Amino acid sequence: MQHVSPVREPLVTGGKTYHDVTQDVCRQVEAAPNIRWMAALSVALLLLGVFFYSVYRTLWYGIGEWGLNKTVGWAWDITNFVWWVGIGHAGTLISAVLLLFRQKWRTSINRAAEAMTIFAVICAAMFPVLHMGRPWLAFWVFPFQNTFGSLWVNFNSPLLWDVFAISTYFSVSLVFWYTGLVPDFATIRDRAKGPIAKVAYSLLSFGWKGSAKHWSRYETVSLILAGVSTPLVLSVHTIVSMDFATSVVPGWHTTIFPPYFVAGAIFSGFAMVLTLMLITRVVFKLEDYITIEHIALMNKIMMITGSIVGVAYITEFFIAWYSQVEFEQYAFINRATGPYWWAYWSMMTCNVITPQLVWIRRVRYSIPLTFVLSIIVNIGMWFERFVIIVTSLHRDYLPSSWVMFSPSIIDIGIYVGTIGLFFTLFLLFAKFFPVINMAEVKSVLKYTVDNGPTYTGQDPHHHTPQPATTHGVPASASVNYDKHD
Amino acid sequence: MQESPKYWKGIEELENSPEFVKNALAEFADFMPVKESHGSADATVAPRRDFLKLMGFGLAAATLASCETPIRKAIPYLNKPEEVDPGIANFYASTFFNGQDYNSILVKTREGRPIKFEGNPESPVTRGGLSARAQAVVLSLYDGGRLQHFAKKGAKIDKDQLDQEVRNALAGAGRVAIVSPTIISPSTKKVIAEFGARFAGTEHVMYDVDSASGLLRANGGVLPAYDFSKADVIVSFGADFLGTWLSPVEYARQYITNRKVSREKQTMSRHFQFESNMSLTGSNADVRVPLKPSEMGEAILAVYNSVVGGATSTDKRLQTAISELTRAGARGLVVSGSNDPAIQTLVTAINQRLGSAAVDVANPSMVRQGDDARMARLLTDIRNGQVGAVIFYHANPVFDHPMGADLAAALKAGKVRTTISLNDRLDETGELCTYAAPDHHFLESWNDYEPKRGSLSLAQPVITPLFATRQAQDSLLTWAGSPTTYYNYLRNQWKGVLGGDFNKAWDKAVHDGVAAGTASPAPVAQVGAALDVNGAINAIKSAPKPTGIELVIYEKVGIGNGSNLFANNPWLQELPDPVTKATWGNYVTVPRAYAAEQKWEQGDVVKVTANGKSVELPVLIQPGQAKGTVGIALGYGRVRAGKVGNELGENVLPLATMRNDAIIYSNAVQITPTGAKSPIAQTQTHHTIMDRKQVVQEATLKQYIKDPKEVTEYEKISTPEGLEKPNKVSLWQDYEYKNHHWGMAIDLNSCIGCGSCVIGCQAENNVAVVGKQEVINRREMHWMRIDRYYSSASHKSDFEAKGKLDTYAAMEDPSENPQVIFQPMLCQHCNHAPCETVCPVLATTHSSEGLNQMTYNRCVGTRYCANNCPYKVRRFNWFSYYSNEKFETVNGHMFTDLGRMVLNPEVTVRARGVMEKCSFCVQRIQLGKLEAKKQKRRPQDGEIVSACAQSCPTQAIVFGDMRDPNSRVSQILRREDGERAFHVLDSINTQPNITYLTKIRNTESSEFNA
Repeated sequence: MQHVSPVREPLVTGGKTYHDVTQDVCRQVEAAPNIRWMAALSVALLLLGVFFYSVYRTLWYGIGEWGLNKTVGWAWDITNFVWWVGIGHAGTLISAVLLLFRQKWRTSINRAAEAMTIFAVICAAMFPVLHMGRPWLAFWVFPFQNTFGSLWVNFNSPLLWDVFAISTYFSVSLVFWYTGLVPDFATIRDRAKGPIAKVAYSLLSFGWKGSAKHWSRYETVSLILAGVSTPLVLSVHTIVSMDFATSVVPGWHTTIFPPYFVAGAIFSGFAMVLTLMLITRVVFKLEDYITIEHIALMNKIMMITGSIVGVAYITEFFIAWYSQVEFEQYAFINRATGPYWWAYWSMMTCNVITPQLVWIRRVRYSIPLTFVLSIIVNIGMWFERFVIIVTSLHRDYLPSSWVMFSPSIIDIGIYVGTIGLFFTLFLLFAKFFPVINMAEVKSVLKYTVDNGPTYTGQDPHHHTPQPATTHGVPASASVNYDKHD
Repeated sequence: MQESPKYWKGIEELENSPEFVKNALAEFADFMPVKESHGSADATVAPRRDFLKLMGFGLAAATLASCETPIRKAIPYLNKPEEVDPGIANFYASTFFNGQDYNSILVKTREGRPIKFEGNPESPVTRGGLSARAQAVVLSLYDGGRLQHFAKKGAKIDKDQLDQEVRNALAGAGRVAIVSPTIISPSTKKVIAEFGARFAGTEHVMYDVDSASGLLRANGGVLPAYDFSKADVIVSFGADFLGTWLSPVEYARQYITNRKVSREKQTMSRHFQFESNMSLTGSNADVRVPLKPSEMGEAILAVYNSVVGGATSTDKRLQTAISELTRAGARGLVVSGSNDPAIQTLVTAINQRLGSAAVDVANPSMVRQGDDARMARLLTDIRNGQVGAVIFYHANPVFDHPMGADLAAALKAGKVRTTISLNDRLDETGELCTYAAPDHHFLESWNDYEPKRGSLSLAQPVITPLFATRQAQDSLLTWAGSPTTYYNYLRNQWKGVLGGDFNKAWDKAVHDGVAAGTASPAPVAQVGAALDVNGAINAIKSAPKPTGIELVIYEKVGIGNGSNLFANNPWLQELPDPVTKATWGNYVTVPRAYAAEQKWEQGDVVKVTANGKSVELPVLIQPGQAKGTVGIALGYGRVRAGKVGNELGENVLPLATMRNDAIIYSNAVQITPTGAKSPIAQTQTHHTIMDRKQVVQEATLKQYIKDPKEVTEYEKISTPEGLEKPNKVSLWQDYEYKNHHWGMAIDLNSCIGCGSCVIGCQAENNVAVVGKQEVINRREMHWMRIDRYYSSASHKSDFEAKGKLDTYAAMEDPSENPQVIFQPMLCQHCNHAPCETVCPVLATTHSSEGLNQMTYNRCVGTRYCANNCPYKVRRFNWFSYYSNEKFETVNGHMFTDLGRMVLNPEVTVRARGVMEKCSFCVQRIQLGKLEAKKQKRRPQDGEIVSACAQSCPTQAIVFGDMRDPNSRVSQILRREDGERAFHVLDSINTQPNITYLTKIRNTESSEFNA
């Protein structure tokens, strides 16, 4: 138990007991799906259908179904890829970096954020495969023993680095996420009534008993994985940025890209976490766990990373001018004033100007405004990648090859489709998995309970679940597995 | 009696035990019993291991048996033809002429299939050059749109029956007309004469789509032969002599001879071009003056008055031309593309007065003989029902004569009793004829040609006729009742031409494809005699002076006269026009100011009306288009050309007019917008160079003479040791080239932008055709392209005055009358290639001879290489161009067995999803190396040539081994180092193996953007 200053805002509101936490989180898993969830899943599945259709067209007829051309060889595909990878950054940041920094407020959001990371990385991973002319040969990017002769992969190629970076990131994130889930699965297992649920959650919980030894190992593994994940937060987007930075294309060939991409990734990741959390907390009635304080904290991170990104944008222009390289200069002039000026200024407005509104406390603490802001940032970050990729490529060195790019219906279909894939996975997760890390939230509850009843929250009309009366609160357990419920 | 020895199969047979006897009778051995045997002593039971073996074998056998072997029709030679070795190409000399430009060619055949043309270096006329049109014609051999049998009213008919019916019909026909484009074959002409002797009242009328009737008339019926290499000052009034006028391949070579510069030869011809449309020739001119067609006569009159009478013109640029022309004297030349006899009379008079050495009327050219007046008269007679029979021999006047609609009506109304088409397909005229006796393709035929008096050439069949066709000359001979075949006829004719041992001389002529000698009568001496200059002056002065918009009808370099072989040819349809870079169809070229005034955007469809007829075509904004004029290309609007050529653009010929008994390819027109839109498929949509000196460089001759070291700007980079060449600093290790190092030098001063290399590359490397929509989607597949840049009125020097943003925006707009520069662009085979480092699977790698190689099989198609290529020369297979039905029409030759015969078996047809690009014709390099190795020697310079370099009519592209110090490319690089040699985008340090030479214009800097 660590000492927490009494002047700090409580992390969980509503005077929750340990049992309340279990109840509130497990209710979603155990109850029949509600109509809003069903409706949301239907929409997501519809979009997933769009995804499958678009993928079928792409695989059956070829990449020509997209809007690409001889000059613009990547557009929406890699834009979406980088966008989704970026979104996938918040989860690891929250669970790993904030764990190492002992930021307790992360406990109620890390589970969903990590899930989001994994689903976003799955969506992202679609694109490097789908964008290949011959995706059935995608396994050739792995260095494996083969009978093709002395064929090996090209370790000079940033695309190969990508393969390693993304696959490492995905596997570590998955393990990290799953490790955290094990105690909570056990809780659900113990509460499960149906035979299927019993078997399923038994398998998922890996025989977790909640013994001290288990907890000790759990803590150790979490810490190790956090340590492993932390450099990954930096490495993944650094390497993604090298897809561009190591090339010779003016507008891509920029040394600022690694830090700039990492900041942008965290920026967009937090925006996506906010979007999802704001919906989840309402749909699943988790306002006491994901409090306005969480939202304000995430807003601050968004503002900081957004400002870093803004500085990076300006630095790029400065360097273009300072370098005196005519192609570089033109690339940036073209970005801001050329035929894709609207994309550039959308990006600037969404990513640089809007996050600055968070300086205003009213904005930071306003749920509707935060929601709108998070959507704007997501749009802005998509445009950032579009601007980098398309406006750099469409007018590079030889004016004879300058072209315009416009997406085909299949391009749009695949993008919208991955959103469908993402939400399908997320909704299934939200229904069948505990969306909040019960075990870890309980670790911050003591402090909360001590101070909780005095705090009424921002909105007095919040629905507050009735505190359970039959169960006492363990006096000193920092983490306690609530076995009896 | 000796007993035959007995052999046993084994000891068992010798012993002949009962068990052996029992087993020997059974067909199969005992079925293998299956039982677990471990621990058991029973040896008759097979162990599980055997069972598994047996099952494995059974499974494998069943699987193999169920696999169907794909059946491929690969039939070996029963008797191998003497000359054919599978896998080795044979070359046969031949000649192509279809009424437009003449090309002496070498036909490359593989296993008896013609697959590519190369220029015939033996030809004194084309000297190894080849036009894009001629190169593409190999594809039309395999054109499924050809008529594959004899036909009567479109239905198949027996050959003998057709002959019988035709003979009967001709016998009582009375007046018989044979209509053809220009025929330069002396033997064919004799055949026609013989035919005429058999059927009295036969007349042979020749007409040309791009008529030179006026020029012929002004020169007493002969077409002067021009030699542009003998002209130091060339003044051309609308003659596109590098692109389409008379004999462009020949002229291009001559023209460039006098344009190449080096430290030793610092002189160049000076070329003035007065024209309405921006032509290929105009875009190469030193001084180009936009002029309306109605002003052309006055301008030429001014030249005449100055040259003859010493008067001066008030027009400054015209006066410059006149004074330089006068100064040049016999080294001056005036040509005009006009078909107006009056104008051509003046031009002839000017050249005579100058005593121009570049004009030769003693050994004239033969490539245009059409007589507009005679053709018009014939058409009138047909309309009036005065002609009994018409034979259309490669002629399609329903489509390509301005009075075609009248002819169609007359034919439909049955004004001619007997109509016969010898055309290769049921084209617009052919389908209106009763009989069709399709001619062979010229690759299936014997023929002779005399493009110029004294230069003969031959065509020989290189493939057995694909269809049940018959050579037109044989048809004519058959109908005339001659027992001989055309081959014998031809040989007999040549007996009179070739001296000495005929068989030997004939074999040599067939082998070489060309021979000296003539089969034509000497032209009537007419110099100066019959010129009616005063009449011409009066005619020019009284010519109508339209006040509105004038239409100029021109020919596109790709489609030419739009005849069958060109129009239904997807390679040509997709060949970007050198100037507009547009493919697949025609359009109205309008000056920018006019478009702005009318608020038209590119692609807006307008209706152009003249003579009561109109065409509706999209607008293309054309810098350099003369004020008050618009241009439309002829040769489009075909409806019976075939699947590829039909329904592309509109036929503009009905808008032409007749004056002074000649077709005048211009007219006053009304233009109205229609509100519709029709996108134009251009391969290049940004037209200026944005002042990027690192991409393409040019200088004036004056600067060059002053100091050849000052004409090229070399980018330097800052290093701690000061400014250095970009390749001084590098992260990469250099490759070591131990044997060969292939390289190329491209002289921008010699490149005229004709596009011949584009088609040469396409034929050599099986480059797919993608069709109009995919060109609009910017996905054409050409490995070799020619970038065309217009100059802009704005330059980087305006940054200070106008600011960067405004200047950059202004630099995107070409000048009103821009200067043009062409730059052939292909894979630069960089020694530090950006594409090679980024491929994750090493599908693109560097060879030990400096080639940047693409391994199609290894490519997974990430397109990263294409993104990272600064030259944007990599092409991605977006679709299966050989099996996706979307491409069946345009890329048909990759779909059918017939069409696939044209594919080069040495080059893979690339699969969907892989990247492709120029390979420096690696298959030709390998072939050359192997040939040399067989003879135990090093390859000689000039032996290994890429397809683009081979087909270049001006030898702007030189390919060779840079490690061989005596190779031409090494010599050029040595000579031009630090002078004109530069690498495109040197500062990125890609270290290309292709070196460009700075273009030198013979122009004053004040004439820039005139």
